[in-house]
Amino acid sequence: MNEHDQKRIEQLLKNSLPPVSDRVQAELRHDLWPAMLKRLEADPAAVPWFDWALLAAVAACLAFFPGAIPVLLYHL
Amino acid sequence: MPVLEQPSDVLRQFCHGDLDTFEALFRRHQSEVYGWIVRIVRDPAAAEDLTVETFWRIYRAHARFDPTRSFGAWARRIATNAALDHLKAARLEADRLETDLPDDLRTPSLPDPGISEEIRRKTARAFSRLSPKLQVAATLALIEEQPYGEIAEALGISTGAVKVRVFRALRFLRKELQRQGIKP
Repeated sequence: MNEHDQKRIEQLLKNSLPPVSDRVQAELRHDLWPAMLKRLEADPAAVPWFDWALLAAVAACLAFFPGAIPVLLYHL
Repeated sequence: MPVLEQPSDVLRQFCHGDLDTFEALFRRHQSEVYGWIVRIVRDPAAAEDLTVETFWRIYRAHARFDPTRSFGAWARRIATNAALDHLKAARLEADRLETDLPDDLRTPSLPDPGISEEIRRKTARAFSRLSPKLQVAATLALIEEQPYGEIAEALGISTGAVKVRVFRALRFLRKELQRQGIKP
């Protein structure tokens, strides 16, 4: 693809999809904090799944090998 | 987009999950994050939702943030990923319904009289057929004229990789326009 083609496609793009930077829409019209608070209340920060998996693995290990409990307590 | 920075003690408080500090960071950065997202998705309503989604991801990841680094750059990267996820979902939905993506924000404010409405429509249609990854690179580089370095940082790739994506987007657009009977 030559430079002329590139320039022409760029020109077509800018005419068909004008930059948002030139428009009013680029500016936020209202504070989004109330929406953020709603989101935080609706979906409080969850414990990551791998933390639950790790906990399950440790519990299973202790159930099958109770002898490991003193070792675990020693390292805590 | 100017990157506003906070003293590191504020960022350290954020790392510990302090909600008041998060609110202060949110209020300080929401406009920048929104401005960045709306450039990518070109839909103000979706950009507002994605700004909230971005800060939700930021809040969830507070413990992983390194307070010695730039909060603005980190936020922009998360915002770019959220916008990319949105474009992918929109693409899947459009594919499922076998339709083109809507041309909501795509009417030119100052159309060039040398370019017909039909050509503009076909160009917008060709652009909507780009993969989301190429669309983001092409939008930011060719339409919004953002520096390649900033795009690379936001996408988490090298400047060279951004240039490759832009070139692939241009090549795809040329083919697609030719297929629609337009010689670039």
